[in-house]
Amino acid sequence: MNNILVYCELDGARVAEVSLELISKGRELADRLGVSLEAVALGHNLSSVPGQVYPYGVDTLHLFDDERLAPYTTLPHASVLCKLIKEEEPQIFLLGATVIGRDLAPRISSTLHCGLTADCTALELGDFEDKKAGETIENLLYSIRPAFGGNIVATIVNPYHRPQMATVREGVMPLHVVRPDVTDGNTVHHDINAYVDNSDFIVKILERHIQPAENNLKSAPIVVAGGYGMGSKENFDMLFELARVLHGEVGATRAAIDAGFTTHDRQIGQTGMTVRPKVYIACGISGQVQHITGMQESGIIISVNNDPDAPINAIADYIITGNVEEVIPKLITHYQQKS
Amino acid sequence: MKLHIIVLAKQVPDTRNVGQQAMNADGTINRSALPAIFNPEDLNALEQALQIKEANPGSSITVLTMGPYRAADILREALYRGADEGVLLTDRAFAGADTLATSYAIASAIRKIGSYDIVLCGRQAIDGDTAQVGPQVAQQLGLPQITYSRRIAALQDGKITVERSIENGVELVEAPLPLLLTVDGSAAACRPCNAYRMLRFHRAAIPTEQATADYRYKQSLSSDEALSLKEWSLADINGDATRCGLAGSPTKVRKVENIIFQAKESKRFSADDDDIKSLVDELLANHTIG
Repeated sequence: MNNILVYCELDGARVAEVSLELISKGRELADRLGVSLEAVALGHNLSSVPGQVYPYGVDTLHLFDDERLAPYTTLPHASVLCKLIKEEEPQIFLLGATVIGRDLAPRISSTLHCGLTADCTALELGDFEDKKAGETIENLLYSIRPAFGGNIVATIVNPYHRPQMATVREGVMPLHVVRPDVTDGNTVHHDINAYVDNSDFIVKILERHIQPAENNLKSAPIVVAGGYGMGSKENFDMLFELARVLHGEVGATRAAIDAGFTTHDRQIGQTGMTVRPKVYIACGISGQVQHITGMQESGIIISVNNDPDAPINAIADYIITGNVEEVIPKLITHYQQKS
Repeated sequence: MKLHIIVLAKQVPDTRNVGQQAMNADGTINRSALPAIFNPEDLNALEQALQIKEANPGSSITVLTMGPYRAADILREALYRGADEGVLLTDRAFAGADTLATSYAIASAIRKIGSYDIVLCGRQAIDGDTAQVGPQVAQQLGLPQITYSRRIAALQDGKITVERSIENGVELVEAPLPLLLTVDGSAAACRPCNAYRMLRFHRAAIPTEQATADYRYKQSLSSDEALSLKEWSLADINGDATRCGLAGSPTKVRKVENIIFQAKESKRFSADDDDIKSLVDELLANHTIG
């Protein structure tokens, strides 16, 4: 009771990175609250899951192993989790803000009639003063998220309903291995038949096509990103050359993708991915807030823009004022001469 | 197969391109300067409904929205694009609703509409980006859900086959009717407004608008039933006020901060060869690159 529960999303037998990030954050929150950290995984052939999650500090792992639970479908996962939550009564329940997490979490929050905050970028603990009721509730989860197209950041609380649920964006919580040698612990193997009903299996997956990500933008130490200001697909293609010589990856703004300069899987920002590379080279990017929320945690930011007052320059460490088609080839040439 | 399709839509401020005119001097955003639009992915949902209707003659489309009176604008727009009927759910009791309280009101209104085969809505709205209302409505109506839908591959014998986006891929799923689909922006774009329908429906109005219109306008309405948009209050949907609006919302907004980016100390360079050379030298020397 009163523990923190994290949903482990599975990609085959592999626990998704976002789930491990949430376990890391959950460990920190559990320590501060003086409670245990529980995790739950649903799928088939889960024998490798304990070894993946215990090093990150899980105290109790709930496993639901059944061939009908993989691949993921909404209803059985929702039924299992609703019943488990009623039994375990966690105070906080966290999921990744992925396609699965965003499909599953609202269904559960509606069934349990509890509050849910989507796509959080930070989680904190703190008090909430309810002025109407004249009381202060201590140690609530602050679910912090961008809203209104990323133009505001809202802190959301759930004072009176449990669990406090949140989905959290991938890549925003750092990973922490806290028990490197611990590969097993208090693992509970549940009988799924006590948790699901036949009617939960009315949605059937006929086909599934997974294409592994073609870029490793999320973990690249150097990101060269282009915006609408690149002007054309031909100009945008220079960024691939710059990224190649720097051993980096290419990202893009939504505007550049909408203009057809590159593919959707490279989108950085509010509706794309969040990156925090060591170096971020923003080329022809004006710096709309929707883009900046996806890259502002980058170490060093270099801006290449012909507008000396482009908004992105406010957060840049180095500003090159000039046309991208002139500057980028020069960067490539001078770098190649030096290294 | 005649089907009744309900499309859930929302009127939203256009947050996608916040230009200089919508920025206050302190760097915060002036919301009232943003145009109010039909939520983009709800238009993708409407297009799916229109395609189903075309493939299944005799089917009809009801568009349901919740919001202030001015949200009737998107009901008219839906009629221009081919919907048959519009319902505005409006009441002060709904104000300040979080997603759960919103989904309660919408699910109650859908129950009042009564019979339906498919409920369609956008994956998420661009003002909140939560993607929660669709699945919550499905849960409250006891319907299965297919989220992130891209295309309806087949619809026959009371079953639907849908292609949906998943992380790094696509999935083809089959489910029985009735159900709820959320449609994402990769689905087909909505067809434009039809000129004939605009002429016919531009005077469609909710009762509140009709009451404020001039007499001639009222006269023109009486002859055409299709020009009456429905307007429902909390009482009309037999709603429980304790589950609506701010009072019915488990989540509370503790704090809202405008994003203002703090200026950093930055070094400036021009596009000259010497400048670029010295920048590359500096980046190599401090191990930023290389």
